[in-house]
Amino acid sequence: MRRPRLTLGSPLQLLLLVSSFALAGYAGVRLMEGDWFEVALWFVGAAILHDLVLLPLYGAADQALLGGFEAAGQRRWVSYVRVPAALSLLLLLVWFPLISGRVADRYASATGLSAEGFLARWLLITAVLFGGSAVLLVLRWRRLRRAAKERPPAVH
Amino acid sequence: MVRGGFPAPAPAYGRGMARFPLSPFSPAFWRSPLRGPWLTSVLGVVLLGGITVLFVTGLVSYAAYNPNLAPVNDKTPDKGILGFYLFSWPTSPHWLYRLNQGVHVTLGITLIPVLLAKLWSVVPKLFTLPPARSLAHALERISLLLLVGGALFEFVTGVLNVQLDYIFPGSFYALHFYGAWVFFAAFVVHAVLKTPMALRNLRQLREEKSELTPAAPAEPTVSRRGALWFVGGGSLLLFGTTVGQNFDGALRRTALLAPHGGAEPGSGPGGFQINKTAAYAGIREAETNEEAWRLVVVGRDGRTVRLGRADLLAMPLHSVALPIACVEGWSTSDQWWRGVRLRDLAALVGHDEDPPDVLVESLQRRGAFRRAALRANQVADSRSLLALFVNGEDLTPDHGYPARIIVPAAPGVLNTKWVARMTFGDL
Repeated sequence: MRRPRLTLGSPLQLLLLVSSFALAGYAGVRLMEGDWFEVALWFVGAAILHDLVLLPLYGAADQALLGGFEAAGQRRWVSYVRVPAALSLLLLLVWFPLISGRVADRYASATGLSAEGFLARWLLITAVLFGGSAVLLVLRWRRLRRAAKERPPAVH
Repeated sequence: MVRGGFPAPAPAYGRGMARFPLSPFSPAFWRSPLRGPWLTSVLGVVLLGGITVLFVTGLVSYAAYNPNLAPVNDKTPDKGILGFYLFSWPTSPHWLYRLNQGVHVTLGITLIPVLLAKLWSVVPKLFTLPPARSLAHALERISLLLLVGGALFEFVTGVLNVQLDYIFPGSFYALHFYGAWVFFAAFVVHAVLKTPMALRNLRQLREEKSELTPAAPAEPTVSRRGALWFVGGGSLLLFGTTVGQNFDGALRRTALLAPHGGAEPGSGPGGFQINKTAAYAGIREAETNEEAWRLVVVGRDGRTVRLGRADLLAMPLHSVALPIACVEGWSTSDQWWRGVRLRDLAALVGHDEDPPDVLVESLQRRGAFRRAALRANQVADSRSLLALFVNGEDLTPDHGYPARIIVPAAPGVLNTKWVARMTFGDL
């Protein structure tokens, strides 16, 4: 039996998608009224930059971290570094314009506030995140050691 | 977590494949044991609720500018049917805009980790082969580009705008508004197509395999619940370091990284948050001092009155406690303003009953809202003032000396500072 290579798929899905495209088109024409190329670049570029650059980058960084812990035989403790590192980088990602000082002049002149403190506060939060994680790790180790002492080694 | 960094058991997939495949188009490439329908469904349901709130508060904020009232208020004159729902923005409750915009921006920032996690959880689908199984599938994948691109575009423009980093290609209002509609078009269809499945996934006790389930999972380092706690922790951290910029004093200091967190810009009666300083707006003392400054009020049949600050002080003065609430998602608590009622100024130029709309013009030379229109209901509200004092003292230059507008529930930029001219009449 001969079948077309590309089937239509669900008719409901088709209807919804075409309707969605029509609305997106209506808004999209208005979105791109100015510099259409740059707007399209931002729109599509955001997706590409995220999916093909940012995500592989942090994935690879995580693998490198995990690899390092595995090489040292410490695989189970990786999250004690992974979590504070990721949270710190998340804050940096969101507040990069303020933390990096790239908008410092405009910010200070517009708001009357000091543009100075952001980097310092981010570093202090980072210190607290890693320090807090270290405290949790020590507590965890102590608990494990106590449990090991109380139980005969044969049990586990 | 994208790919195992060490030899794994060869997956029973493909012929003569390397021990761990290098191509992301191979299902065995995606090895994180966290991926699967359950995690994606949880994150999806959170975003379904969260993004719906973001969209609605965004539309409400757009309406708060009264874009249909006058061209000066309308940064998106070609909106067409996208402004179908617009309504006259009310003046009560007086904290309406403060709440709406606080929710919009704070929630948006809080959802960033959820969005990133959601995109991470579905990234293998970007590389599925064949690229399209059917026409509907092909269109759905194009729609996903609008969905992902749109979500990132909205979050990125929003996050940049609140930090005054205006590198996006055009006016924030137009980009964020039209971008929201493009995104929402894709979001609705995605939600309609996927929510039933997501809810099924969450109701099921045992997870069924899906294309998200890794073919050759690596050994886990964290449970799925742990991963969810991690995402929630990121959200909590962002929330905790942002939400304080909607309150004064000690609470504001908890907003450690938010643009209007930390210390107040000064002390004393005028020491509360400023959107644009006098220096930034190009206001010179020479044009605001008692001798130079005159308020021009124009009314019925071109009737014109020129008032110095002393003339205004001789009029009946009223006090009102109102906040400043900015589109950027920060606000102050209620400040005590004292000044002349807008409707008394309208009466001065012949609009004794039923005050009309008013066009307010500032001394400032630049800024998107140096001219702004207020609707009749805002003028008529007895709490709407041309303020001369705040918290018992003269306005400071940065808060609009010699006179500024303060209207309950209006977005900050419509509370024009350094007012020079008011034209009453139907706009």
